[in-house]
Amino acid sequence: MPGVGSGDHPDRIVIAGAGLAGLRAAQAARAAGYEGEVVLIGDEPHPPYTRPPLSKELLKGEQTAEQTAFPGLDKLDAELRLNTTITGVDPGAHTVALDGGTSLEYGRLVIATGVRARMLPAAIDAGAGHTLRDLADAARLSDALAGAGRLAIIGAGFIGCEVAASARHRGIEVALIDLAPQPLLPLGPELGARCAQLHRDRGVDLHLSAAIERIDDHGVRLADGTEIPADLVLIAVGAQPNTEFLAGSGIELAPDGGVVCDATLTSVSDPDVLAAGDIASWPHPGAGGERVRVEHWTTAAEHGRLAGANATKDPAERVPHVAPPYFWSDQYELKIQSVGFPARAARIEIVEEDDSGRLLAEALSEDGELVGAVAFNNARRLAEYRRRLAVEYA
Amino acid sequence: MKVHVDMNLCQSHGECVLAAPDVFELGDDDVLTWQEDVDESKRAEVEEAVDVCPMMAIRIED
Repeated sequence: MPGVGSGDHPDRIVIAGAGLAGLRAAQAARAAGYEGEVVLIGDEPHPPYTRPPLSKELLKGEQTAEQTAFPGLDKLDAELRLNTTITGVDPGAHTVALDGGTSLEYGRLVIATGVRARMLPAAIDAGAGHTLRDLADAARLSDALAGAGRLAIIGAGFIGCEVAASARHRGIEVALIDLAPQPLLPLGPELGARCAQLHRDRGVDLHLSAAIERIDDHGVRLADGTEIPADLVLIAVGAQPNTEFLAGSGIELAPDGGVVCDATLTSVSDPDVLAAGDIASWPHPGAGGERVRVEHWTTAAEHGRLAGANATKDPAERVPHVAPPYFWSDQYELKIQSVGFPARAARIEIVEEDDSGRLLAEALSEDGELVGAVAFNNARRLAEYRRRLAVEYA
Repeated sequence: MKVHVDMNLCQSHGECVLAAPDVFELGDDDVLTWQEDVDESKRAEVEEAVDVCPMMAIRIED
């Protein structure tokens, strides 16, 4: 196996970001037979860990922070640099700048720095509000919930809805607030209405189509004057890419902050730079070849494996990422699973349903073409649609 | 090799079924079943299943 260095640059793959995508990239480079150096750089104090339990098992006290660590780190065969922030990239010199003023040269660079929780200006002004993205956030939120009677959650997306379910599990009163007319917008109005009913049935005080006027230590005031008292407020209004350090580097960023890549997750600006996970913006056959950015666990895992292997190869030999995006969400006893691009669908139609609420829905384009599927407590059927879309996109 | 799944962790995502369809299967009730003794020729597939399991519920015992 040839190295990745060239005349002036070392035989070293540097991976920026030590989350799931970064870890899988390091493992995949080794699995591809790469024998040079692999350096995995993360800004958190923790070795790579899995985030989905942060809004569920950790908050419910069913899992500890230690149990979120990925296994296999002892066999990683990479240098892991934690507590280290990358402050810039110089593609010409093939270096990343690190906090503390040092720099590190690379032969190839995989960017997998992920996203962070967005904050609301109203919450920043008030100095109020939790967010949930990393283990430190989860510990802070869980501690605060221990003394709380009432939680207000701004944002009824997947994180907001999962935390609502976890907090109800702990007996905490929950108000769930969103500007949209339904929770879980990508699922469409019909499934969204079912999720809304589920949360209401569990005692959640749901405020939809509701704009925020003020957030402070005593709760939230809506634009229509409604006061929602709360001991703490969680802001769960989406995420933004951690790619500011690339500004001015010459590595092209999309308007949303994603790293603009080709189908093989290679930066369109530099064949020695690849991207993986939440921050990669790449053309997908299921989106008609348009670039998408996908913030799902499974996509991060798949991207990491692909980008890590591709980083060991010459650009002409790299493999495209075509797997249909998959995600899941657990709320109370409901497991929501989705494949494909339901958020891009013209309509989402329930095609199977039983009395227990178990269902399968197809996401269809204007022309009635299948672009995705959503299942409620129906894993086997969802897997069938996943296989079908995978074949279609391959 | 022996394949072990911690059914306290398994949440029937079906990732393993896609990675190694000859080894793992979801039943009508969405409960996972799998072969415990798997031929070495399937090692790569099962290792992928281990990697892609969101619950980290699958283990290979050599």
